[in-house]
Amino acid sequence: MTKRQKRMAAIAALLVGLGLAAALGFTAFRKNMMYFYTPSDLLAGTTPVGAKLRLGGLVERGSVKRGEGLRVDFILADCVHNLPVHYEGILPDLFREGQGVVATGSLQANGTFAADEILAKHDENYMPPQVAEALKVQDGKHACAPFKSVMPTEAKK
Amino acid sequence: MIPELGHFALILALGVALIQVLVPAYGVWKRDARAMAVATSAAQTQALLVFISFGCLMASFINLDFSVAYVAANSNSELPMIYRITAVWGAHEGSLLLWVAILAGWTLAVSVFNRRLPADITATALSVLGVVSVGFLLFMLLTSNPFDRLFPVPQDGKDLNPLLQDPGMVIHPPMLYMGYVGFSVAFAFAIAALVSGRLDAAWARWTRPWTTTAWLFMTLGITLGSWWAYHVLGWGGWWFWDPVENASFMPWLVGTALIHSLAVTEKRGLLKSWTVLLAILAFGLSLLGTFLVRSGVIVSVHAFASDPARGVFILGFLTTVLGASFLLYAWRAPKLVSEGEMTLFSREGLLLINNVFLVVASASVLLGTLYPLVVDALKLGKISVGPPYFNAVFIPLFAPLLLMVGLAATVSWKRAKAGEVIRHLRAPFIIALIAAIAVPLLIHERAPVAVIAGGFLGFWAIVTALQEIWRRIRAKTGFVSGLVGVPRGVWGMSLAHLGLGVWALGVTFVSSFSVEKDVRLAPGQSIDLSGYEFRFEGVEPRTGPNYDSDFGTVTIEHSGEVVATVHPEKRLFRATQQMMTEAAVDHTPFRDIYVALGEPLDAQGAHTGDWALRLYYKPMMRLVWLGGALMVLGGLLAATDRRYRLSRAAESRVASNSVVA
Repeated sequence: MTKRQKRMAAIAALLVGLGLAAALGFTAFRKNMMYFYTPSDLLAGTTPVGAKLRLGGLVERGSVKRGEGLRVDFILADCVHNLPVHYEGILPDLFREGQGVVATGSLQANGTFAADEILAKHDENYMPPQVAEALKVQDGKHACAPFKSVMPTEAKK
Repeated sequence: MIPELGHFALILALGVALIQVLVPAYGVWKRDARAMAVATSAAQTQALLVFISFGCLMASFINLDFSVAYVAANSNSELPMIYRITAVWGAHEGSLLLWVAILAGWTLAVSVFNRRLPADITATALSVLGVVSVGFLLFMLLTSNPFDRLFPVPQDGKDLNPLLQDPGMVIHPPMLYMGYVGFSVAFAFAIAALVSGRLDAAWARWTRPWTTTAWLFMTLGITLGSWWAYHVLGWGGWWFWDPVENASFMPWLVGTALIHSLAVTEKRGLLKSWTVLLAILAFGLSLLGTFLVRSGVIVSVHAFASDPARGVFILGFLTTVLGASFLLYAWRAPKLVSEGEMTLFSREGLLLINNVFLVVASASVLLGTLYPLVVDALKLGKISVGPPYFNAVFIPLFAPLLLMVGLAATVSWKRAKAGEVIRHLRAPFIIALIAAIAVPLLIHERAPVAVIAGGFLGFWAIVTALQEIWRRIRAKTGFVSGLVGVPRGVWGMSLAHLGLGVWALGVTFVSSFSVEKDVRLAPGQSIDLSGYEFRFEGVEPRTGPNYDSDFGTVTIEHSGEVVATVHPEKRLFRATQQMMTEAAVDHTPFRDIYVALGEPLDAQGAHTGDWALRLYYKPMMRLVWLGGALMVLGGLLAATDRRYRLSRAAESRVASNSVVA
């Protein structure tokens, strides 16, 4: 092979390699992408039962019920609808009634949401930012005051 | 008074930084030696002013001056002294000041240790570092001044984020920033090379120790961060593919590629424009990381600022710096002609392939990190990409890298002979394969294919690294003289590769043989996990300096003997009313036992009733961090190799002569 042909071959090999990597990457990407929903979105029935997704909302006060072992049930609500959530495990430190959480899991045929992970990372308003965003109305405040934080939110400077 | 002094020093620093940018640049343009010489003194003055400012903020924290808004937001009269000091970088404004202070430190180092560089290179590099400094000083003064006063002065501060009240947090941010900011030096040298049009072996030799030093700090910072997350976040994981972790991992990957391509540029005069591009990218990703963390566009423990103006500023700065660099690159890089030919089966060829893999890996992290942000910005819904994506992409990208690490020392520069390579590597191959099958069988009595594959890659990297050292020693007559005769550069490379192997072993074993269980236990009750008997002795209330704790006691027995008594804790910080999990870990080199308290499950009371507990058995967990530590040690040895120290004078003489000629 001439020098030029060698170089072309090397470039072709590189492109094939990169293409393969990109294809693999995007497949993995599509498979592992999760959308974020609110209870109203789920009750609208557009998502398939059993699909893995993230559900965000506020934990309704007084709804948290402990069961056998580590079983826990609670109701997750946005401003309009609510949905029973079932979880088996340890709740995060920041989990509180009346505050926002994000649950990863899937909708069951019986209308409950089975969570395999509960996240409660949140900002100073005790809301995960996605939840705050999803619940926001025009004036920038949360629409569902009754659910809003039980914790005293100090005025920020 | 002290805060005003700090603020004033910061403003002065901005002025001096502007001089540091403009005067040397004019000097390089007009070839005016006096103007170029201003760079050094301006850099040193600026560093002094920034350090004064940093000292003032620290003094405000130590004195608990709650009239400073930033101190009031991140400190409390009950906060122990050590955390008062580290609270300086506990949130947005202060961590920016730390960023600028570390940049000033690196700039100072360049101005002191590179006196023998050609004057125009030093002047250009310091001017570029000045541009970065101006950007960040402006950012701080315009959007996030740490010295802003607060009126009325509050009675007490709000306290430091409890997650950050941990020894791991004391040194993790400075180390990581040393790495982030350190890449700005490689970037400045790259720009200097583009401006001067000179990129030779001498340039690579100046740039290598700086880059390696930045890289080793970054490695240390990431390792510490991982260790912190492991025992503070209470989930027992050591890497979460959190966007902020990714933000530090991307420049690390590209920085690793840069270290390797610099070797090719130094030894063979090849890949010149590629090296320059990597230097620009590594710094660009550092800036992007800062943007991601500081702009509040991502949800994370680290993302404290959510003021859009800040994000816009950093994004604008990022665009300007990178845009200008790429323009310069497009204009000047074609002049950086590589000498000589490259064959694929040679050390430089393999290093090029290693670079491609590292850059692709970095790009895939970038995709997974930014894609959700882009989708969100375009209002196409909110998505998240979980760890499965990153794991699926990373394993096929890292396996070939580990295979190639084994070839590193054996394959020679220019053109390697396949027969010789195979002869050399036959023994390590067989040893690694046997170890990969035998070790899991001996410890865990089973060896799934995934473990054999991962274990083989790990042992392969370890055995070949040791082989290289052994070969160097045997080349000399006596063992001791051989040991002393091994150059630090070779030690560095071998130790870093050994570290990679150790890390891979750790990852393989932890991910395959970990056992975890969330359980409900009553006081006095016990449960078996992987042959270990965990007895929950109960929880008692305790009082810490600024928190109240539920102090648990768990006794761990193995074949009838008490192995350890551990104390996992739940801490409720009084000022913030935030709950923190303090996991308890009992570790030997070969296994970790990890116990975290979940929550009290009985209404009857936290101190008598049932608790949720999280129990883990994690074999070889320590190897993950030991691997990181070995890489850091390797970087340290490589950066201090004597040829960088001795040859500098000789080199710059040669370099300046060639300029005159």
